[in-house]
Amino acid sequence: MRQASRNLSRQFRIAGQVFAAALREIFDEAAYSRFLTRNQMTSSCQAYAVFRRENELAKARRHKCC
Amino acid sequence: MSKVVRPLLWLAIAVLGALALATVALHRGEQINAIWLVVAALCSYALGYRFYSKFLSAKVLALDPSRATPAERMENDRDFVPTNKWVVFGHHFAAIAGPGPLVGPVLAAQFGYLPGTLWILAGAVFGGCVQDFVILFFSVRRDGKSLTEMARDEIGRVGGLVAYISVIGIMVILLGVCALVVVNALKASPWGTFTIAMTIPIALLMGWYLRRLRPGKVLESSALGFVLVMLAIWGGQWVSQNPAPAQWFTFTAPALAIVIILYGFAASALPVWLLLAPRDYLSTFVKLGTIGLLAAGILALRPTLHMPPLTRFIDGSGPVFAGNIFPFAFITIACGAISGFHSLIASGTTPKLIRRETETRMVGYGAMLAESMVAVMAMIAACTLQPGVYFSINSPAAIVGQAPETAAMTISGWGFPVTSVEMRLLTQAVGEQTLFNRTGGAPAFAVGMAQIFSNSLGGRALMALWYHFAIMFEALFILTVLDAGTRVGRFMLQDAFGHIWKPLGRTSWYPSILLTSAIIVSAWGYFLWQGVKDPMGGINSLWPLFGISNQLLATVALCVATTIIIKSGKVRYAAITFVPLAWLVAITFSASWYKIFDPNPRIGFLAHARQLKVASSSARLVNARLIFNDRLDAAVTAALILMVTLIVAESAMEWFRVLSGRKPAVLKESAFMATRFATEEQR
Repeated sequence: MRQASRNLSRQFRIAGQVFAAALREIFDEAAYSRFLTRNQMTSSCQAYAVFRRENELAKARRHKCC
Repeated sequence: MSKVVRPLLWLAIAVLGALALATVALHRGEQINAIWLVVAALCSYALGYRFYSKFLSAKVLALDPSRATPAERMENDRDFVPTNKWVVFGHHFAAIAGPGPLVGPVLAAQFGYLPGTLWILAGAVFGGCVQDFVILFFSVRRDGKSLTEMARDEIGRVGGLVAYISVIGIMVILLGVCALVVVNALKASPWGTFTIAMTIPIALLMGWYLRRLRPGKVLESSALGFVLVMLAIWGGQWVSQNPAPAQWFTFTAPALAIVIILYGFAASALPVWLLLAPRDYLSTFVKLGTIGLLAAGILALRPTLHMPPLTRFIDGSGPVFAGNIFPFAFITIACGAISGFHSLIASGTTPKLIRRETETRMVGYGAMLAESMVAVMAMIAACTLQPGVYFSINSPAAIVGQAPETAAMTISGWGFPVTSVEMRLLTQAVGEQTLFNRTGGAPAFAVGMAQIFSNSLGGRALMALWYHFAIMFEALFILTVLDAGTRVGRFMLQDAFGHIWKPLGRTSWYPSILLTSAIIVSAWGYFLWQGVKDPMGGINSLWPLFGISNQLLATVALCVATTIIIKSGKVRYAAITFVPLAWLVAITFSASWYKIFDPNPRIGFLAHARQLKVASSSARLVNARLIFNDRLDAAVTAALILMVTLIVAESAMEWFRVLSGRKPAVLKESAFMATRFATEEQR
């Protein structure tokens, strides 16, 4: 019984982590983290401004569905 | 699960699904509960995903778990990033879910709930999901190439050109129609207009928060923006109840159209990222939250459907839009069943994120099932309204009359009882000035959604807040589609003009930016203006045009898919894309034929132009413009159908050449490379 509830709570934790990861991807937070890692930078106003400039052109060409 | 239990479980799902479908399809006389639609949809989707998509994966496409995807081979941490399948699923769903699956089913509800629901279920399982899945998979096999590139490579130059023109064409019509839906939702509505106006300072604040206070914390700033938008909705009530501020935010339809056209131009031509990017995030946040909330509301409330399964308007005389079930129900509901626009997403960002080939099934087929479920929920929201109320909101003044009493009498005469008093009470409950003649689908959906929400939470006291929440949600993300679409259209034009004169192709050259922005905005702005000035409400002529162009793009996608299947030597399986293709060709051809040549002036553009021509001389000046609009719409429809003919003819010739052995079947796939993820998983 205890094992089953432990498994269930583990499943919920994993589902929560995946959901959070999906939100981070949709809202470009994951892309910003990758940008920081790629350029070996830490988060700052300047770093975010550079990221936005880099990201904006690609995003502007992206279709949005009807 | 044991080998005995599993088949029994699927058998139980099949029986339950059949029972729910039979209830939905065969029940007559009594109202049914919306939960039957939900059960029918969930069982159909489960069976479609488990069996049909598995068959496609194993037999038709032969997904290879050992093959590296472009995300792995070309990984650059920017565009190409191997990503968890659930994360890609969420990303893909957020990109394909737009206003279409909400508005289309609401409009098609004029036939009753049955035709639209059956088309949403069958269209998604056998058409839309298949299209999204195969295009995603073929793009993954071709380094994430776009639909236009695949059409050029696999079909030929004409295919590529038609795909390119269709994308521009659909975008222009889509943006015009979307803008019209917003205008019809916000005209004479100070509360709604105030809420949307407030999203501008809120987005600027979010932009400042993102750039200065907490760089990169988009989720945080979106949550903050959401709270502020909710406060703006609450404040809108005060605005609407006080004459002075109410006057500032009360616009006529033409005035709103001009504001939206200027907004579209500014969004495309000016560097206003501080406003647009946060608004985009906010709109996605609200969209995902509201879809979840609507699903929870329907499950909690389990509302009764007041709309009959079939209405008298199956004969084509409907007030929302004219035309018979075939083909008009099938072009009115596009995004919830099959949408060509999805093929642009499935061959855009998504293939560059897929980690394993086998995951294309869940992302491509699965996300479209989720979108289809959104369409079913929109159908439920519309059909929970009393039919009299539904037709009062969605019928144009030219058909039911301007005065509330006349409109109520006309609609009651159709067999859908409604009184002007009942409508006045509902109008007061949602905090509007009128609900009559609010065509476009958005206000009807908002009333339905507000009823579901207020019955689940807060009672009638919160009805006005929920209504304006729904209006804000629809208008916000339609405006996001509008500004993003205008920019994408501008880039596409700049790319094309660059072939004529190089400087025009420079995306940062201001004369080019201004010229291409002006062309795109003028094009959709013209359709918007035409819709605003149309006495029939605009939706009657423009929504079918949008449906035809969207299904045209799906035709292009399915031609590409069928060609690739034939070239890969699997002609015995070509029917899986050929049958939906044949269906789409049939509906786009017949819908276009009706829209151009039908002798009924409410359906045929040319018949309507002829009717206007014989009008009295006093109306001639106004009619000259309407006649021009009708002829323009007929010409646009003819151009769309010409493109369908070209792409189908070129594809058929390619199939003939390959099948008769006159041309070797050469696929333009990228070379095989083994994936490292397979061995990583084994460890």
